[in-house]
Amino acid sequence: MSEILVLVDHDDGNVRKTTTELLTIARRLGEPSAVYVGAGAEAARETLQAYGAEKVYVVDSPDMDEYLVAPKVEVLVQLMASASPAAVLIPSTPEGKDIAGRLAIRTDSGVITDAVDARPGCGEGLETTQSVFAGGYTVEARVTRGTPIVTVKPNSATPEQAEGAAQVESVSVTIPDSARATRITDRQPRTKSGRPELTEAAIVVSGGRGTGGDFAPVEAFADSLGAAVGASRAAVDSGWYPHAFQVGQTGKTVSPQLYVAAGISGAIQHRAGMQTSKTIVAVNKDSDSPIFDLVDFGVVGDLHKILPQATEEITRRKG
Amino acid sequence: MNIVVCVKHVPDATANRTFRASDNTVDRAGVDGLLSELDEYAVEEALKIAEAGDGEVTVLTMGPERAADAIRKSLQMGVHKGVHVSDDAIHGSDAIATSLVLAAALKRIDFDLVLCGMASTDGVMGLVPAMLAERLGIPALTYAVEVSIDGDRVTVRRDSDTAVETVVAPLPAVVSVTDQINEPRYPSFKGIMAAKKKPVETWTLADLDVDASQVGLDAAGTAVTSYQARPPRSSGTVISDEGDGGVQLVDFLAAQKFV
Repeated sequence: MSEILVLVDHDDGNVRKTTTELLTIARRLGEPSAVYVGAGAEAARETLQAYGAEKVYVVDSPDMDEYLVAPKVEVLVQLMASASPAAVLIPSTPEGKDIAGRLAIRTDSGVITDAVDARPGCGEGLETTQSVFAGGYTVEARVTRGTPIVTVKPNSATPEQAEGAAQVESVSVTIPDSARATRITDRQPRTKSGRPELTEAAIVVSGGRGTGGDFAPVEAFADSLGAAVGASRAAVDSGWYPHAFQVGQTGKTVSPQLYVAAGISGAIQHRAGMQTSKTIVAVNKDSDSPIFDLVDFGVVGDLHKILPQATEEITRRKG
Repeated sequence: MNIVVCVKHVPDATANRTFRASDNTVDRAGVDGLLSELDEYAVEEALKIAEAGDGEVTVLTMGPERAADAIRKSLQMGVHKGVHVSDDAIHGSDAIATSLVLAAALKRIDFDLVLCGMASTDGVMGLVPAMLAERLGIPALTYAVEVSIDGDRVTVRRDSDTAVETVVAPLPAVVSVTDQINEPRYPSFKGIMAAKKKPVETWTLADLDVDASQVGLDAAGTAVTSYQARPPRSSGTVISDEGDGGVQLVDFLAAQKFV
């Protein structure tokens, strides 16, 4: 069976859930080989092995953090030549897309972004599924040239454990001088909210213009459900909530079991980011809001009254 | 300072976008088109940089005849001149071919900085900025929320999920900007009148020495094999809050086993 390269997304050795999802998808396509760039491979190996990585390619050199995507592009170009993989799977993040785009040019290979599934195609190659036009259409696509390069969205698969050999191979990579010119000169890590990751959460509660800038009821309700907090573009543009939490076309696409939209009208920009959610609930003052066309359950009214009451009710029922 | 903004003419995101049944490409004829909203931020940023110093801004697009609308809107906002790459062979091009054509055009324009939106609003792949940089052999600073030019260097701020980063690179460079970077201006009446007199060049693939066999649907590295409209969601229950809306909401969530 051919190797499937999976670029590992990690936080200093802490493997993100998206990587275990990618490994699960990779197992349906061939033999997963994890590609680990940066420090912490030792700590990560156990997880990669548990989710079926047969090989773990490790690239680590001290100055690699100072560059954007160049080291990851170089190592993948190198491995695509030496391992002749059947496909390369990359997390669908801004960084992942930059890597995928450069890789496609370097290797003259077709590239698909934002896949929500990848499976063996009829005959040869693989077939992918994407959600397009703000979630209005589902398309199936395949790569017709080179080695398929696919970026995969979070929550596209349920991670399944399957012991792999996780044989470690050290890879050295030369960063070309041209790439060295671009440097990260400062990096301020974000403080963690303690809530689940927005794109990985089973429940997301988002606030919009209707919050009037007060996200306390949204956060309290989210916490009572163990949910992640999101925000509409209007709320982010008003400076009420950080952009990292924006749900919509220019923010995150989420597809949780339950999505609660509070004070969000439901413009196309927002729907693009949430309309594939399983169950949708909305609270909004305006009964004509387009969000109510999407809901399984909606309440027309003031979120500042309804959410605190709901939070209190949940707390009461939990006893 | 010469700035080129790469823009795309896209089907209106608020209209009913669909595909052409004959070849599974995006239907660009049956739906009204316009300058991709996310490109307006790149145009605005280019104008701000040009206005702060001594700069000239060129807008570059590729696409059918009607893509000229995207150039016109940019000129109305204040861009100085336009380049339109138009050729029947371009239809159905993927991101790889798009970056090939745009890079070939950029090699014929004297530029210090290339600005792009973070993605188009139709394909939303967001690949072209990095691909352009790869083809031109220059730095790419993507997803910028702040751009500043200091002599022959560009500095951007990026707001990623895990960190806020400052990235520095020498010019020339490709920078893509997000919708967080600025508030795009509306064309003024004066701008609309002035746009009519601004120069727009139309180039074909032959002008760029790009072989038609390298672009278009047949040359694409990917193919859409099928498309299907998402079935409309079945309409749910909407109640009016009569004082117990919160409790009713929890009743629903409990019935669905979320509580």
